[in-house]
Amino acid sequence: MLNYIVRRIGYGVLILLGVNLATFFLFFTVNTPDDMARLNIGGKRVSAEQIAKWKAERGYDKPLYVNDQKHGTERFTETIFWDRSVSLFKLDFGRADAESAGDIGYQVRSRMIASLQLALPLFILQVIASTAFALQLVLFRNSRIDFWGVVLCVLMLSISSLFYIIVGQFLFSRIFKLVPISGYAEGLDAVKFLVLPVLLALLARLGGESRLYRAMFLEEVGKDYVRTARAKGLSERIVLFRHVFKNALIPIITSAGAYLPYIFLGSLVFESFFGIPGLGAYVIDAITGQDFAIVRTMVFLGSLLYIVSYVLIDIAYTWADPRVRLG
Amino acid sequence: MTPKFVLLWTDAVLWLLVAALAWYGWHVRRNPNLRDTWSKVFADAPSLCAALVIALFLIVTLLDSVHYRRALPPSATAAVGAAVAYDTRTTSLLDAVLGRLVQSREASYSVPLATVGFTKETRDVGGQPARVFPRLVHGGAHLKDPATEWRVDLLTRVSLGILSGLVVAALATLWTARAHGRGQHIPTREALGRLVRNQTRLPLRAALLTFAVIAVLAGIAGSLMFAYHLLGTDRTGNDVFYQALKSVRTAFVIGTLATLATLPFAIAFGVAAGYFKGWVDEVIQYLYTLLSSVPNVLLIAACVLMVQVYIDKNPELFATGAERSDLRLFLLCAILGVTGWASLCRLLRAETMKLRELEYVQAATAFGVGHWRIMVRHIMPNVMHLVLITTVLEFSGLILYEAVLSYVGVGVDPSMSSFGGMINLARSEMSRDPIVWWSFAAAFVFMVTLVLAANLFADGVRTAFDPRSRVFRPRLYPVPAVAAPDAPTVHR
Repeated sequence: MLNYIVRRIGYGVLILLGVNLATFFLFFTVNTPDDMARLNIGGKRVSAEQIAKWKAERGYDKPLYVNDQKHGTERFTETIFWDRSVSLFKLDFGRADAESAGDIGYQVRSRMIASLQLALPLFILQVIASTAFALQLVLFRNSRIDFWGVVLCVLMLSISSLFYIIVGQFLFSRIFKLVPISGYAEGLDAVKFLVLPVLLALLARLGGESRLYRAMFLEEVGKDYVRTARAKGLSERIVLFRHVFKNALIPIITSAGAYLPYIFLGSLVFESFFGIPGLGAYVIDAITGQDFAIVRTMVFLGSLLYIVSYVLIDIAYTWADPRVRLG
Repeated sequence: MTPKFVLLWTDAVLWLLVAALAWYGWHVRRNPNLRDTWSKVFADAPSLCAALVIALFLIVTLLDSVHYRRALPPSATAAVGAAVAYDTRTTSLLDAVLGRLVQSREASYSVPLATVGFTKETRDVGGQPARVFPRLVHGGAHLKDPATEWRVDLLTRVSLGILSGLVVAALATLWTARAHGRGQHIPTREALGRLVRNQTRLPLRAALLTFAVIAVLAGIAGSLMFAYHLLGTDRTGNDVFYQALKSVRTAFVIGTLATLATLPFAIAFGVAAGYFKGWVDEVIQYLYTLLSSVPNVLLIAACVLMVQVYIDKNPELFATGAERSDLRLFLLCAILGVTGWASLCRLLRAETMKLRELEYVQAATAFGVGHWRIMVRHIMPNVMHLVLITTVLEFSGLILYEAVLSYVGVGVDPSMSSFGGMINLARSEMSRDPIVWWSFAAAFVFMVTLVLAANLFADGVRTAFDPRSRVFRPRLYPVPAVAAPDAPTVHR
């Protein structure tokens, strides 16, 4: 097991190196540091000194990949690519391109907490609600309840999450005045701001997830061990909730695990609609402000979280199914 | 004067797609196996009805995909034989059909079917300035006194629309019955009876009902849209119904082109990885793990930002605004394709690994058939069902995705109408008092109809083509009272 994890982490580092190289190439080839400086200083006339100063402040005043003026290993270490890569791997994200945005590392740390507050309850509730709904449908399979349940699921997954948000905000905040429209507070006060986004995000995903889980359960229901369990005289409920559920855990872990990175990264749409200062909102700000330093950091962070969560998923497999051996 | 036709990037690809679709239809007709599977898709009532709805949207899309620039009348001072000047705006066939909708711009918001504006303005009434709701310039302009005539006019138009819709639907029913009767060698009256009792092999009754609903709605829309603003007007006074129709094309282009763009990568890499194994497989696995490790929105955002920088740097490449926004749409589809092939590639790789161990591939190898030929002739046709299923499944997801991307600011060009853009504007309109709900409602209705139809159709395709979901489900059709010699009695 330990051997396996070490190997996976090694592969993860390889992936991170690739992501780093790809994003660096993508950003710096089309958009040279000079362009970035001009964009961020703003104004029509930008003097060469201003550009040089801006670049020096952010460490952009070196060649991109190869420094011809140095010798030996310094040819490659005295470059923007090397500097940026090393600092990213040390999780030191440096300064944002825009003047006002400040230190990226500090922002990421403080915003991740806000994102977690929204996404963690959502993740837990989502798994519980989707599983419960899907199990109900499977319990009543081939009946009218199942049919209309599936119709409801298809209808729900055909509606964009933006509609849920706009209608939800309109109903609960404007008409019934139950919760504030948007905003955020520290500590326990956050609850009243977070109830609505969690609920709406749950609703927006329920249709698709339940339908997926239902299909997974139905595949298990047709298997021999289920017939044996019924033949033993177990009630349908026990068959479903004990036997089928446990066996369907593996595909459920796979599909729910895909959401793991987003527990930390937050949701772009929900955070910006509800004014929650999480990482999702941060990304949107960075995209609209064309701040490439932030976007590059977030790409790296997302990739890192993806790798970690896949190791976690693999470990969860061994817990869900004792037959699985990592090696 | 002949207009100058403009072939936008997405137009070209869309028409190529239609040609490919026609070729595929011909191919299906010749291939009994495929024909059988496709007839299973259409034997499912929801997918047949969904296909009709999608066809309707497709017609709108194709009408909106013939672009041209109108030739301007020569100015008085121009010399004889001077080059003809063309309009700087690009018009589409749909714009020409809906000409009056484009022309009839109001000052600002107006409620659907209204004759007056939404907000009060100061006007001169009998020499005194007063705050009144101003009459709209185009909406209900034919009415002399809206207070008394409006209701009657509306009722007449709506009933006329319903009536014409019903007539069209009735004609379609008769025509279908006749065609069905000819195919089955039974009299039309008999065929009509079977149709009404739902005893046909294809669920024609459901299809005709769907058609009738579409026809009635189209009739109502047709009789109202030129006299009023059917779905109101937006902030700058543009007709919302027109915008919703224009958005259909954007959604369709994203849904089809973006999935098509994933196919070359997914098929080539997936089949190669599964077939060659070894280091090829390792490299391809590394590539798609790399790609899927980055959060999708971020990757797309990064690419779109780069494209935007490029477009902003080279403004001289584009003759009209439409060409610029079209290129952005085209590149967005390409980006969605380049970043989105990982999941299909993984599926194809696994399937190819299974297939290459089968006897027929070994036999081909033993006969000395080359790698390339084995992959193209023996493996690819047998993974095509996965490609088809994924393509139709992705379609609806991408339409939903476009809305989110436009909201984030990395979607289509703001000057191009899209559902995402409409929702984006609706966000602030919903918080006005009194609220402006019609833009939002229009986007909602159009988008849900399109996505729902796409989802239902995709479900039908998946059930028919996925061998795993092919379960034995005996379906008995009632035996017709008078059994014709070749009348089908039991269908599977």
